[in-house]
Amino acid sequence: MADEATRRAVSQIPLLKTHAGPRDRALWPQRLKEEYQALIHFVEQNKAADNDWFRLESNADGTRWTGTCWFIHELLRYEFRLEFDVPVTYPDTAPEVAVPELDGKTAKMYRGGKICLTEHFAPLWARNAPRFGLAHLMALGLGPWLAVEVPDLISKGHVIHKEQQREAAAE
Amino acid sequence: MATVEELKLRVRELENELIKCKQKQSAAEDAQSQELHRPKIDKMSAEVVDSNPYSRLMALKRMGIVDDYELLLFDYDKVELANMNRLFFQPHQAGLSKVEAAEHTLRNINPDVSFETHNYNITTMENFTHFMERISQGGLEDGKPVDLVLSCVDNFEARMAINTACNELGQIWMESGVSENAVSGHIQLIIPGETACFACAPPLVVAANIDEKTLKREGVCAASLPTTMGVVAGILVQNVLKYLLKFGTVSYYLGYNAMQDFFPTMAMKANPQCNDRYCRKQQEEYKKKEAERPKVEVVEVEEEVVHEDNEWGIELVSEVSDAELQAASGSVPDLPEGITVAYTIPAESPASGETVEETEQSLEELMAQMRKL
Repeated sequence: MADEATRRAVSQIPLLKTHAGPRDRALWPQRLKEEYQALIHFVEQNKAADNDWFRLESNADGTRWTGTCWFIHELLRYEFRLEFDVPVTYPDTAPEVAVPELDGKTAKMYRGGKICLTEHFAPLWARNAPRFGLAHLMALGLGPWLAVEVPDLISKGHVIHKEQQREAAAE
Repeated sequence: MATVEELKLRVRELENELIKCKQKQSAAEDAQSQELHRPKIDKMSAEVVDSNPYSRLMALKRMGIVDDYELLLFDYDKVELANMNRLFFQPHQAGLSKVEAAEHTLRNINPDVSFETHNYNITTMENFTHFMERISQGGLEDGKPVDLVLSCVDNFEARMAINTACNELGQIWMESGVSENAVSGHIQLIIPGETACFACAPPLVVAANIDEKTLKREGVCAASLPTTMGVVAGILVQNVLKYLLKFGTVSYYLGYNAMQDFFPTMAMKANPQCNDRYCRKQQEEYKKKEAERPKVEVVEVEEEVVHEDNEWGIELVSEVSDAELQAASGSVPDLPEGITVAYTIPAESPASGETVEETEQSLEELMAQMRKL
């Protein structure tokens, strides 16, 4: 299960009200507004706590999301691109978040760079559907994954800080 | 000036083309030198002679006539070397899309089958619409629905997408799967409105009777065992044959516990409180149809149910201990020994927190605000 800090963060993310997926033409725009409200709230809250760690934006109809996430390890910032599609079964099923540049570097990942969430995530999402949104997915899915995987990838040398990489290339 | 990414992509494209060329070449060589490829048979012969490739099938008289058939394949992955342990792809097909490679191999085995392949992810908006269209219109006879949909996917999202499509279309389908620890699997027949759909209960799992504490999950997401997958695939196809050719008892749910060689089986009715509204709609229609059926037939059906129950000889006992029940936050459906749910969902909503407030802002304004953060 997510650690205490994550749980506290999640408890502060506003829950969503509209049960609608992208196939629901009438209600999806309302759901999308709620998604943005919750995401803005979460990012602002992270900033206030000096723990800003991701940005997301969507295409006009809110079905494809792209952004960046970053992780500070030993005072160095590691940044990764992230992306996902909102599945037709959303919000009953969570989107599969992908960090494509880490594809093939960790066993905790499916093809195409989709992160492999802990066994706790699916039950947690199912129990809280449809009130959990994309902000919850970030806090409970991607956040804990990065916290475990990135330090491990760095220690194994699979992820190298960009500036160090440049220095190494210059030598 | 092209970027490195663009060039990489181009290299990949050229590699794919090369693979295809090599395949075509080797297929042509095979055909010439060994005459491995027999021509397509227009009309199937019922003769039981060695020259008839269907003679052994025809020998099973009770099956009746096997019609020409068609396969529609959907997948978005590419063949990788890591797939060689359990899928029927060959190393030289690495890099091809899975549907393309599968079509090629299957066509060589049986040229009488018509294929239609779609290399995409069915869970995204536009692909899903097309996926539904092909289920409802893609039958052998143009404009007719397919006979049966088989789900051989490896994730919950894709299963739910198939479930959504089949509930809306009233399409009968079979679900199959192997657990992430690769030592259990299942198949399930879903008749919308009649048997439980994939959303009627939390995901069912075949208990592998492994102590969860001894199972090390760190560092990997999923294991695979070609034999488990082979057994489950065999059970699935057997059930398909029984269903399509109408022999034996078609299984509604058949689990496979590889650790103990235990095959739990059951039938589960659709849940009137299912989350999927199309499932509930199909249930209404099924009820209506059942009510309209003449009484004599109803008696027959009842007899059949009793017969099936006796044949399976399964005791319907709840597997959960008091302690587990306490720990669980929702009720566990009544399931036979060896089958349980991956998790439970509480009937009451858990402690509710704050919800998003009403806003005057438009979606565009919110999007802009998010970008400015």
